[in-house]
Amino acid sequence: MITGFITFFTIFAVVGAILYGRKLIKTEKTDAVFGNPERAKGGMHWVVVGSSFLLLSWLYYSWDIAKSFYPKSANELCQVAKVNESLLSLKYLFPIVERQHKSTAIIKRENINIEDKIILIQNDPNLKDQDKKIFVNILRDTKLMIPSLTDERYLEDDTKNIINELTIRLNHLIENFPKDSYPNLTEEEENEINEGLKKQLGWGATGMEVPPLPESKRGLKFHAAAAELNSISDEFFEMRNHNPEYLRQSEAIFGEIKEYMDGLGDGRELDYIKDIKKLVRRIEYASIFPPKTLDELENAIRAFDKVQNNEQGNLRTIDIILFPAGTIVASGPQCSEAGPGRWLPKPSDTFRIFGEMLKPSVGYKMIPMLWYEMMGVNRIVGFILPDWIADIMPGKYPVHNQDGTVDPNFKSRMLDIVTGEFEAFKIPVPTGHIWDSFLRVFLGLSLGIIFGVPLGLFMGLNRFAKGFFDPMVELYRPVPPLAWAPLIITVFGIDNVGKVFLLFMVSFSIMIISARAGASGTQLSKIHAAHSLGASRWQIIREVIFPNSLPEILTGIRVAVGMCWGTLVAAEFLAGTTGIGFVENVARKYMQYEVIWITIFVMGMLGLLFDLTIRKIIDKTIPWRGKG
Amino acid sequence: MSNLVSQKVNMIFKSLKGETVHALKDITFTLKKGELLTVLGPSGCGKTTLLNIAAGFLRPTSGSITLGNNEINGPGVERGMVFQQGALFEWLTVNENVNFGLRMKKEDPIKTAKKVEEWLDIVGLKGFGNTPTYQLSGGMQQRVALARCLINDPDLILMDEPLGALDALTREKMQSLVLKIWKETGKTIILITHSVEEALLLGERVYVMAPRPGRIHKEYKLPFASRGLKEDLREIKNDKEFVSKREEILTMIWDMEEEIMGKEI
Repeated sequence: MITGFITFFTIFAVVGAILYGRKLIKTEKTDAVFGNPERAKGGMHWVVVGSSFLLLSWLYYSWDIAKSFYPKSANELCQVAKVNESLLSLKYLFPIVERQHKSTAIIKRENINIEDKIILIQNDPNLKDQDKKIFVNILRDTKLMIPSLTDERYLEDDTKNIINELTIRLNHLIENFPKDSYPNLTEEEENEINEGLKKQLGWGATGMEVPPLPESKRGLKFHAAAAELNSISDEFFEMRNHNPEYLRQSEAIFGEIKEYMDGLGDGRELDYIKDIKKLVRRIEYASIFPPKTLDELENAIRAFDKVQNNEQGNLRTIDIILFPAGTIVASGPQCSEAGPGRWLPKPSDTFRIFGEMLKPSVGYKMIPMLWYEMMGVNRIVGFILPDWIADIMPGKYPVHNQDGTVDPNFKSRMLDIVTGEFEAFKIPVPTGHIWDSFLRVFLGLSLGIIFGVPLGLFMGLNRFAKGFFDPMVELYRPVPPLAWAPLIITVFGIDNVGKVFLLFMVSFSIMIISARAGASGTQLSKIHAAHSLGASRWQIIREVIFPNSLPEILTGIRVAVGMCWGTLVAAEFLAGTTGIGFVENVARKYMQYEVIWITIFVMGMLGLLFDLTIRKIIDKTIPWRGKG
Repeated sequence: MSNLVSQKVNMIFKSLKGETVHALKDITFTLKKGELLTVLGPSGCGKTTLLNIAAGFLRPTSGSITLGNNEINGPGVERGMVFQQGALFEWLTVNENVNFGLRMKKEDPIKTAKKVEEWLDIVGLKGFGNTPTYQLSGGMQQRVALARCLINDPDLILMDEPLGALDALTREKMQSLVLKIWKETGKTIILITHSVEEALLLGERVYVMAPRPGRIHKEYKLPFASRGLKEDLREIKNDKEFVSKREEILTMIWDMEEEIMGKEI
């Protein structure tokens, strides 16, 4: 319902925005020429069109529009696919999908095969003339078997009856299929289907792509017809046109072969004998019938095909229009989504699952996406304060008394404080996958800035520092961060330390380079000016060189954020138990397309958020950039 | 008396390839307190090198420059500097730029603020205190640079083509300002310029320098600067004596340039 509303809304938005755009062109100054960059300014209405276009494409190609407007269509198409599949094996017998009758094709092919074999035998120099004669005779007899199958005189009454019966069953189906009452299920059958339906999950992200059991009246019709057709075709393919004349000939051929084999006496089977046997068997298993025998059956099948096509009604149109780049019918009785419907999750499902995952009680793998937990201040204090603070306090740790008690003294109380073993109020602390990823980037980046910027400035100003630290930085920097990841994760563990260190490495080199560039790019006249105004070295670094390097440093931070973010996700892919990358990796293992796409969106949004924040900071802190 | 005395200053630059450039040769002069010296010359004659030595940014190869009784050995507050491009700190406002020197000395902020206001008034930037410097025009930026330098109360003001990047009209106004400040503060000023007219207008004394090696080619003592304090600058420019002096110096510089070009070919 919501999807439908959104679909209409976006279409209106697109149309409205385009109309607005047309109107704007009419009212614009006519002197605007091509190539004038002014013309690219504004244009929010085209942003609307662009985003609507994206959303509509997503809705359409994920088959969400089909799901929204025709929620039963996938299930019904699945039933149609069942009928098609059952009908297909029968259709193949006749010139409906093929060019000729299957019997005709087989006879043609086997005649050629036999003739080829005869020529091959006659031209074989390693074969005795006597053997040649025997083989050719057997092959001639094999060829003569075919007329015994195609001659109507030999056709048995039993076979005729079965064909008649199958034709009658098909005609019944043709007659009953369009009726509203079809199928006339017994109470038992109906109950069975209803039981199945109760267990059946809906179409979409429920672990099942398309529910296979019929959910609607129309679907039930096709479902029942498919069962009937299966039974008909099974019976047909069980039937063989093995009349007495054919059996006699067949026996005679095998007799000849046996005779020849006995003559050889060594029980060896020549390749030619094997080939001849194969040819005989092929004719035996082929459903070859006299020419006119199956005409009525063929007509019945054609008629049913027409009837079931009629009964499909608008389903065919829906299938073509609303299931782009893949169909359910094509997947046959498996009832799966093919094409983008398979890997492109429906927006409705995606947002629903995202909503589920956002619930702190659900989350992903027992960890919420973004939530808070109450943490005692004592734990934070214990984490921040190092334990040796208690060690350097005066006095000694208490020794237990004779009565088995321990009197705390000042030193032991200090130890309790620095290890966090005291009662304190609790404060909310963020937690969850998103927070973990964010925190890692933030920590890695902050450490990189804290250490990289001073070192970079120093390297930009001092020959020793530049020369001394350059080899270290330049040796590790060109290595892709991910190449370091296995080593660092092995050394520092899969938890936060390893990842933060990896991100620190990434941001550290970037910050060094940008701060260095900023420092060495300081105009000499500015430094001269500061000198002659009486600034000390430290003052020059703090008041002139640092602010002068700020544009470079901030640009460096912006680059580093992007790099860190990319590296983090990949590192979380490699190892870890929390974080967005971890979520995606698990979702990949379980083929949870919705979750994969959710993680992609979350990463995109967080990356964008980072970048926008830094852009805001840049605009606020260095408005003079490029104007010095 | 804090006279500026230059004694046999030589400056020889050596490149890594071993080439030597004799940038200054035996520069000897004495500048009395309160004098305004303008230095003229073709490019590459060592004007800026001389100024940098006076400022203490460079150490001469031989010889020395003393201000008062102190030999110049490194930059100092008693020698203020004004650069061609202002060299303002564009991340600071006008106020912060002007009080930079006092802030570095950690002087009382209230007194500093008062001084800044006075100086902004003198250079004609009253009310611009909180404007970011990157929003100022070129002329205004130079006024800030002047105020920033003067607020430290230096004995000597070194100006390296301070008006070179300004348009003609602004330049004229700034020339009057320089003269006004010179008169009111009585500072010793060395002003380097490319413009002959400017050198004649502002310079109580004018040195024309010659290149290769850089040396003082000719010295003039001129009355125009003192006249400029009372008269209109444009009238002085049309003065016959001024015009003839200007032509004389221009020809001199032209000859020097031609000599260089000839040498190069």
